[in-house]
Amino acid sequence: MSERLAVRKTYKLFIGGAFPRSESGRSYVVSSSKGEFLANASKASRKDAREAVAAARKAFPGWSAATAYNRGQILYRVAEMLEGRRSQFVAELVDADGVGVRKAGELVDAAVDRLVWYAGWSDKIGAIRGSANPVAGPYFNLSSTEPTGVVAVVAPEAGPLLGLVSVIAPVIVTGNTCVVVASERAPLPSITLAEVLATSDLPGGVVNILTGSAAEIAPWLAGHMDVNAIDLTGADGELAVTCEEAAAENLKRVLRPPAAKVDWLADPGTERMTAFLETKTVWHPIGT
Amino acid sequence: MVSLESFGLVGDAGAVSTTTTPLAEVAASNSTLRAFLHGLPGVDRVGADARAAMLGTRSIKTTSKKQAIDLAIRMVDLTTLEGADTPGKVKAMCAKAIHPDPTDLSVPSVAAVCVYPDLVATAVQALGGSGVKVASVATAFPSGRSSLEVKVADTALAVADGASEIDMVIDRGAFLSGDYLKVFEQIAAVKAACGSAHLKVILETGELSTYDNVRRASWLAMIAGADFIKTSTGKVSPAATLPVTLVMLEAVRDFLRTAGRKVGVKPAGGIRTTKDAIKYLVLVNETAGPDWIDPDWFRLGASSLVNDLLMQRQKMATGRYAGPDYFTLD
Repeated sequence: MSERLAVRKTYKLFIGGAFPRSESGRSYVVSSSKGEFLANASKASRKDAREAVAAARKAFPGWSAATAYNRGQILYRVAEMLEGRRSQFVAELVDADGVGVRKAGELVDAAVDRLVWYAGWSDKIGAIRGSANPVAGPYFNLSSTEPTGVVAVVAPEAGPLLGLVSVIAPVIVTGNTCVVVASERAPLPSITLAEVLATSDLPGGVVNILTGSAAEIAPWLAGHMDVNAIDLTGADGELAVTCEEAAAENLKRVLRPPAAKVDWLADPGTERMTAFLETKTVWHPIGT
Repeated sequence: MVSLESFGLVGDAGAVSTTTTPLAEVAASNSTLRAFLHGLPGVDRVGADARAAMLGTRSIKTTSKKQAIDLAIRMVDLTTLEGADTPGKVKAMCAKAIHPDPTDLSVPSVAAVCVYPDLVATAVQALGGSGVKVASVATAFPSGRSSLEVKVADTALAVADGASEIDMVIDRGAFLSGDYLKVFEQIAAVKAACGSAHLKVILETGELSTYDNVRRASWLAMIAGADFIKTSTGKVSPAATLPVTLVMLEAVRDFLRTAGRKVGVKPAGGIRTTKDAIKYLVLVNETAGPDWIDPDWFRLGASSLVNDLLMQRQKMATGRYAGPDYFTLD
């Protein structure tokens, strides 16, 4: 019997729930931490970013109008699907990060737990960020949270799975949709995560993942007038400044890159969720 | 039998009214019309689709794209044909027609606005002397199912209110059942009721089922006196498509050669993006020729297209992608 041909996975982009190749036709070589060839990944262009923003915008009305309970359920479902692919992610992390099997397993478990943790916040964030305000008049005055809109996310270079999950989950759990520029060095787990997202009842377009050069794509997202906020976690010094300047044009909300190295295993707090929320205040007359 | 070739010898028939053009003899009876229209060469469906698809792959960039965007804006018939149209909405649309982007006065005005007959007076008043024309749909739009008297009265109402262009629909039922003479006579009667107003004849190609029928309907409308032939009402899917427009552009090109009269073309419905609009411009240039690249001879019936053209225009001017939040909601 002849030997089987190797069936290698083609790593593509994740836009609008589909897996297209880059419009530009470009790809780049992804190497392991030891410098061995792993795969070719798509190298997204500004036009892929534009398509991704259009997909995210299209998905926004439906996703933001879904009940918090439903969004929480879907995030929990993502966690379930991620758990089901545990061994695949462990293998990818060992290749990409050069960590041992045990450490990689810990990171995957932490990513699953992180999703479950954020899933729980879906119907509780309003309780800590909304309020009933005392006003000097016969009115109920209520502040409630609303999602900001389309959020561009520059994912951290370190932490190709846990870091990625830790920046995506807080953005979408509150009803935003996002366009994510994955880690340039280790993009493969992000596309495998996209396969998880695509099979988790998450509506197409809520999360869009681009692989390639953040320095090339992020400024286009930062300047895009139909993007409402940008998370610069993975942008290094100069890129972050360029992006923040471009983001000022339409007053995007900007989450600056962290000053110190982030320990993704630590308790994340609510900061990443509240960074992309708006507050709506309603005055309602009190009946006599 | 009267064939297309027999008109090759006919001399100058341009600017002559329908009743005296030599082609009118084909309209002597239903059988002569039928013989003529069915004598037109058939359309190679696969070939037309492939040709339109091939022309759609042309890449138009930078300065050419800038020019194409401005040209496309100048060719737009900004349209609102909803049951819920109000005078306020029409006034807002007219303001947009004059200055599509109020923050950038270098953006040209569109060619015309297109409304229902009862709103023509409102549009005429709102547009004043801006040079933007008022087009009105008429003749029991969109189905065209009414008596000739009603259709003529509908047209007369719009013309009396100041419409300078009339978009009429043909009776597809009569056309498909082979009663070409009825269609011909209705177009001729509406043309007469138009007076000095331009007549655009809507073929509603989405209901004609074959490209052969599109070619026949185009010729029928042109022989009957149409100044423009228009693909669709926008109420039927599919609306305008590239191959159908290709067939119609070939018809106007051939009609100019045989009858000596130039007729315009207006695809309408389903044209939403700048990319689509540029594909149509390429198609016009390559099929009918550059003589048709002018708002007097080619129009795009659209509403949401304008915002996309403006966003692309802004992208080229500022170097960043534009968002719909900064343009009007229509």
